[in-house]
Amino acid sequence: MSYLEHSVKRVPTGARKILYLNWPLILLIAAVASIGFLMLVSVAGGRVDRWAEPQMIRFVMGMVAMFIVAMVPIWFWRNMAGLAYLFSLALLVFVEFFGVTGMGAQRWIDLGFMRLQPSEVTKITLVMILAAYYDWLPLNKVSHPLWVLIPVAIILIPTALVLKQPDLGTAILLLAGGGIVMFLAGVSWWYFGAVAAAGVGLVSAVFASRGTDWQLIKDYQFRRIDTFLDPASDPLGAGYHITQSKIALGSGGWTGRGFMQGTQSRLNFLPEKHTDFIFTTLAEEFGFIGGISLLILYGLIILFCVVSAFGNRDRFGALLTLGIAAAFFLFFAVNMSMVMGLAPVVGVPLPLVSFGGSAMLVLLVAFGLVQSAHVHRPRGS
Amino acid sequence: MKRTPKEVEDSARLVTRRGAVLGGVQLLFMGGLALRMRQMQVEEADEYRLLAEENRINMRLIPPARGVIYDRNGVPIADNSQNYRIIIVREDAGDVEEVVRRLKRLVPLDENDLERALRELERRSPFVPVTLADRLSWEDFSRVASNAPALPGITPDVGLSRHYPMAEDFAHIVGYVGPVSDYDLSRIEDPDPLLQIPKFQIGKVGVETKLEDRLRGKAGTRRIEVNAAGRVMRELGRDPGIPGVDLQLTTDWRLQNFAQARLANESAAAVVMDVETGDLLAMASAPAFDPNKFVRGISSRDYGELTANTYRPLANKTVQGTYPPGSTFKMMTGLAALKAGVMGPEETVWCPGHFQLGRRRFHCWKRGGHGHVSFDKAIVQSCDTYFYEASRRLGIDPIEEMCREFGLGERFDLPISAVAEGLIPSVKWKAQVRGETWRPGDTINASIGQGYVLTSPLQLAVMTARLATGRKVMPRLVKSIDGLETEIAPTEPVNVPAHLMEMTRRAMYRVSNSDRGTARRSRIVEASMEMAGKTGTSQVRNITAAERAAGVFKNEDLPWERRDHGLFVCYAPFDRPKYAVSVVVEHGGGGSSAAAPPARDILLFALYGGIPPVEAYPSDQRERMRTMYEELVLRDPPDPGPSRSRA
Repeated sequence: MSYLEHSVKRVPTGARKILYLNWPLILLIAAVASIGFLMLVSVAGGRVDRWAEPQMIRFVMGMVAMFIVAMVPIWFWRNMAGLAYLFSLALLVFVEFFGVTGMGAQRWIDLGFMRLQPSEVTKITLVMILAAYYDWLPLNKVSHPLWVLIPVAIILIPTALVLKQPDLGTAILLLAGGGIVMFLAGVSWWYFGAVAAAGVGLVSAVFASRGTDWQLIKDYQFRRIDTFLDPASDPLGAGYHITQSKIALGSGGWTGRGFMQGTQSRLNFLPEKHTDFIFTTLAEEFGFIGGISLLILYGLIILFCVVSAFGNRDRFGALLTLGIAAAFFLFFAVNMSMVMGLAPVVGVPLPLVSFGGSAMLVLLVAFGLVQSAHVHRPRGS
Repeated sequence: MKRTPKEVEDSARLVTRRGAVLGGVQLLFMGGLALRMRQMQVEEADEYRLLAEENRINMRLIPPARGVIYDRNGVPIADNSQNYRIIIVREDAGDVEEVVRRLKRLVPLDENDLERALRELERRSPFVPVTLADRLSWEDFSRVASNAPALPGITPDVGLSRHYPMAEDFAHIVGYVGPVSDYDLSRIEDPDPLLQIPKFQIGKVGVETKLEDRLRGKAGTRRIEVNAAGRVMRELGRDPGIPGVDLQLTTDWRLQNFAQARLANESAAAVVMDVETGDLLAMASAPAFDPNKFVRGISSRDYGELTANTYRPLANKTVQGTYPPGSTFKMMTGLAALKAGVMGPEETVWCPGHFQLGRRRFHCWKRGGHGHVSFDKAIVQSCDTYFYEASRRLGIDPIEEMCREFGLGERFDLPISAVAEGLIPSVKWKAQVRGETWRPGDTINASIGQGYVLTSPLQLAVMTARLATGRKVMPRLVKSIDGLETEIAPTEPVNVPAHLMEMTRRAMYRVSNSDRGTARRSRIVEASMEMAGKTGTSQVRNITAAERAAGVFKNEDLPWERRDHGLFVCYAPFDRPKYAVSVVVEHGGGGSSAAAPPARDILLFALYGGIPPVEAYPSDQRERMRTMYEELVLRDPPDPGPSRSRA
């Protein structure tokens, strides 16, 4: 009898599972979401019904989904990983042909009550399949070139599909998220070094090609890079957003201007203020204190995930928990870097705070998986 | 996967180690974010706070004035008119309903527009200005302005909107502008920020869309100061941007208006071309529509009426309508036969009223036959049999070659929508496109401009101009852009011996000036303006044997859409050609009765530069022409005052 089978016998069953949920994590999530509701009220000029109310309804729906997912044993989800991955690939292919293209070329399927973005779903199913793969793979084969190629293919297929939409931001997140799971699973450092070197080479090649006849990317894409490096060069276009966002953030000061007192967001200087740029409103109205508090809450969510994973003897559960935490980290890190002018503007929402149905629902289901891994973790003697 | 406890521990240790590394990196990154936040919000807070104060100075885009389109005499065809609007700001209005109620007592408000505006007001932030009413009269506008104290939150505002002073006359050439649609945006990579302005007007059809890039101009910017509530306090400065470039067309507004009015009750097209320069002086397509309706956003009822009309007012028949040219095509067949030498210049063909090809019989329009027919007589009396025989000897391909010389089957590069190529068939074309072999009967049909042959009125006008001058004149629609004259390409002679061209011209002269000519009734008697021409009647149906037996031959007995098209091409003066004209009257019956009279009137109007004196007409027609001209309603000359505002 294996260690795992022996030890899962102590796993709680039935309603008792509720007691063994990672409650601090749930409270942290609720706290972050509440900050989101507050900000959505503020950017709507004090109106609750515009963005905050639909967001709350989705949060409650998401929480229900999270509890359901958490109650189902983690080995069921492991067995479902392959199917889930294939399903998300099918959705990506489906939107390629039948999806609706909205502003900024993100594609979604209209389900009536919400718009489902398959690329959001893929962020989680990719982590699932990779965790399941490394759970199945004997440890000594992890760094074998052949067994490295398989997960690379698993990552590249959805990345290519998303890139074709085109949605560069999500494609980078998928690539980074998948890479992190491979790293956690113990793939040799050498591979990551080689990829990093190739990446640096590619970027220099792109820049070296500018103006020559073998130019690798289009002129307007170069202009976007220029705008990121020097926002003042395009004060009415994309550079305007970065400049305004930085002004809003900086003018918040220590304590901010007070709830609903931010002039930047109120005067419509800010674009997408209820979605991608919502952090600037928080930083403007609640200042450094407000911004750092949200960052700490995010940090704590990661920390609780990491602690849960370290105490988990089930390889799938541990990899899944760390992978989801890493994906979550990527979301807020990229979004915050973007609004602080540290990264180019790519459409990545602030997790649990930005207005948006798909992202919220998918994240809560993902935390449901983390909970399931936590509840059903093998308990040693 | 079943693992031994040792493996489980190894795995856990590895994951923990890597997880710790990753966690460390994440912690570092978050530290970086926190430091950046501290730097911006604590150390540089004062600077940003200052910038935020300055940010009360907001940049707004100003749409540039669109380029004006003039006719060849400098009379505006498309200009920009002041658009008086009323704008409301919810926050300042307080009780919106009460303000709107008071406003309604002052000016008439469209219920639909109002409802749309109120919904937008509800959706937008309270300080965003929303347009409540558009296109007010100056009286209504000033009444609102003088009552401003009683109307909190209401601002009278002036913008620019496209206006077509010639209404219907240039609808097909110039086209119209309309608000940018999502569809328009989706087709443009990296669109101009201007296009994001709500209701910004861009060209949708015709010259307006084909020369959009020149007409649009570059956006200006307005620096305005807003107060804490977002209200505009004052303007601090503006960069007016670059207005769009002005265009001058080759068309003459009076001739265009006359042609349009002359064709008014028909479904017809007329093209007037300068035979030397190729300038298109008029391109009339009747019936027309008012482009100003499209600028405002046409109501679905009006649009439905336009699309349901069997006369197709939305189509530009001069370039987009392609018709079998009928007998106007005979010059091509004749010239091809003479040039190839299969038919001698004086050689005659016997016309018994029909032509036998194997077991098939092709009829001449004159059932009794024309007797002995030479080339000249064949053109003058439009004998079909002569051309049947000529084409039998020739085959289709030399005819096709001749057509290319004269511009038939060529898509001319004009900045108008839907310029058609027409169709000049050949053996190769039938094999490639239809996958069938060319039959001798196809050549016979094509020889009199029936069968597969399709030409547009524009192509017929080009053909006529080239017949008149013997040079390959190219049509030109844009006279100058931004004051710079567009080049007239040097022309080369058509590849036909001069004496054959001369013969053809003389035959065309006799079409309208000899006793037996098919267009004799439409001759011009003024000696200095004598006209040469050719009639054409093209069938849109096959006459069945049953119909022939029953004697249903008369056009008037058929439903409109099955009647023949009437065509006429002409130029004048005969001895030193100036203008070429082509007219097609859809389902109008015979070319001599339906198309030749308006073609002559339009040609005379062009030659005289106004309503021609009745003395130019044969004496028995003068009384009728006088009445017709008295009844014709023409547009008054536009007010030369400062109405073409470019503010």
